Amino acid sequence: MNWLTNTLGTSIGKKLMMAVTGLSFIGFLTLHLAGNLSIYGGPEAFNAYAEKLHSLGPVLVAAEWILLALALVHIATGLLLFVQNLSARPQRYRVNKSGGGRTIGSATMPYTGLLILLFVIFHLANFSFVDKSHTTIFDVVSRAFADPVYVAIYIAAMVVVALHVSHGFWSLFQTLGLNHPKYMPAITVVGTILSLVFGIGFGFLPIYFSFFA
Amino acid sequence: MTRTIDLTLKVWRQKTADARGGFETLHATNISTDMSFLEMLDVVNDQLTLDGKEPIAFDSDCREGICGQCGAVVNGHPHGHQKGTTLCQLHMRHFNNGDTIVIEPFRARAFKLVRDLVIDRGALDGIIQAGGYISVNAGGAPDANTIPVSQEKADLAMDAAACIGCGACVAACPNASAMLFVSAKVSHLALLPQGKPEAARRALAMVRRMDELCFGNCSNERECEAECPKEISIVNIARLNREFIKAGFFSAVR
Repeated sequence: MNWLTNTLGTSIGKKLMMAVTGLSFIGFLTLHLAGNLSIYGGPEAFNAYAEKLHSLGPVLVAAEWILLALALVHIATGLLLFVQNLSARPQRYRVNKSGGGRTIGSATMPYTGLLILLFVIFHLANFSFVDKSHTTIFDVVSRAFADPVYVAIYIAAMVVVALHVSHGFWSLFQTLGLNHPKYMPAITVVGTILSLVFGIGFGFLPIYFSFFA
Repeated sequence: MTRTIDLTLKVWRQKTADARGGFETLHATNISTDMSFLEMLDVVNDQLTLDGKEPIAFDSDCREGICGQCGAVVNGHPHGHQKGTTLCQLHMRHFNNGDTIVIEPFRARAFKLVRDLVIDRGALDGIIQAGGYISVNAGGAPDANTIPVSQEKADLAMDAAACIGCGACVAACPNASAMLFVSAKVSHLALLPQGKPEAARRALAMVRRMDELCFGNCSNERECEAECPKEISIVNIARLNREFIKAGFFSAVR
């Protein structure tokens, strides 16, 4: 298996791991958002969705462990790339101008990534690792979003996620070598749409709770 | 009639690789707007020499944009702000009277500074030595069209082969990555039948050497493509990624 570590250990190998794990998170976010849409169906619909999800039992536990493993790979590799990239230019430029290639999303990838990590920990502590024996998930969420500070944190976090996805999506296709003159324009458009869908889709939920629910 | 302008230059001066460097403010007066950027530096150096001071050390050779020898970061842009040109092809008419111009060397851990604006780009040669060639003896010129190559492929290979190895992609990359350079060198060979037999070995060897030489990792910022004087496309980077995946996971080469 030496060839495998040799291949994955190179700069392109590390980027491939970022791309594959990143694509998995795009999939996760899509499912997560689709599930969360049940909130608009009212408390019963949302609680029923949560119950159904938990009734999957071992499948759900396996999915959670896989997500955790993917996250560890994504975070560890990302941090390694970040440190290597910083050390690749020990002396910085006095004047630093963009030639027009970078975007806010691409320039902030490591920082938005770390912010998302902090948010995920916060989010799990809020809604996942809480005692739900005498309450429902809908009540837990609506109590949290009664606090404007929580609403602000969640909306800000979703802006950060949208920025991360805005670069991450097309970038992962480029890294996987899936750059094609016919499909690349579509991939970049889908990336932008996805980042907006995630940003607005998730970001509107706390607003919905604080004003309408 | 020739227009002349006066400029303030802030130039990076550093005596040796290990010496402490810093910016020196110099005045370039009576600069003809017909001059190239390097000719402007020549004029400044003439004056410095007359004044008994050390002239600014900078690299140049062909001065027509094909050798890849010149290059500095001018006001934050490798080869200056003009798109698709090297520093020798940048003319002073693109500057205004009274402008302040900050001139810095290409900066990367893999490019050791020699003096002032001169850097050692031997690292790029090191990557080529790892596999940027064809090992078979080509022999005499073959008959035309014995090996069919489509015009599209030939065009793509030629576009990649336009890379002059100046190092601007590394200088422009926020991560000091050499991926555009390596991708151009891998692409122009991988696209043609002559390069195919060694494609897997080449892709692996060149990428590994690039990593050993402490270049950064590509994060698809696209700054290289924007600043490349030969306008090499990042489509080549995707091709390098494909070649690397093929070589790393599907070829027998270790």
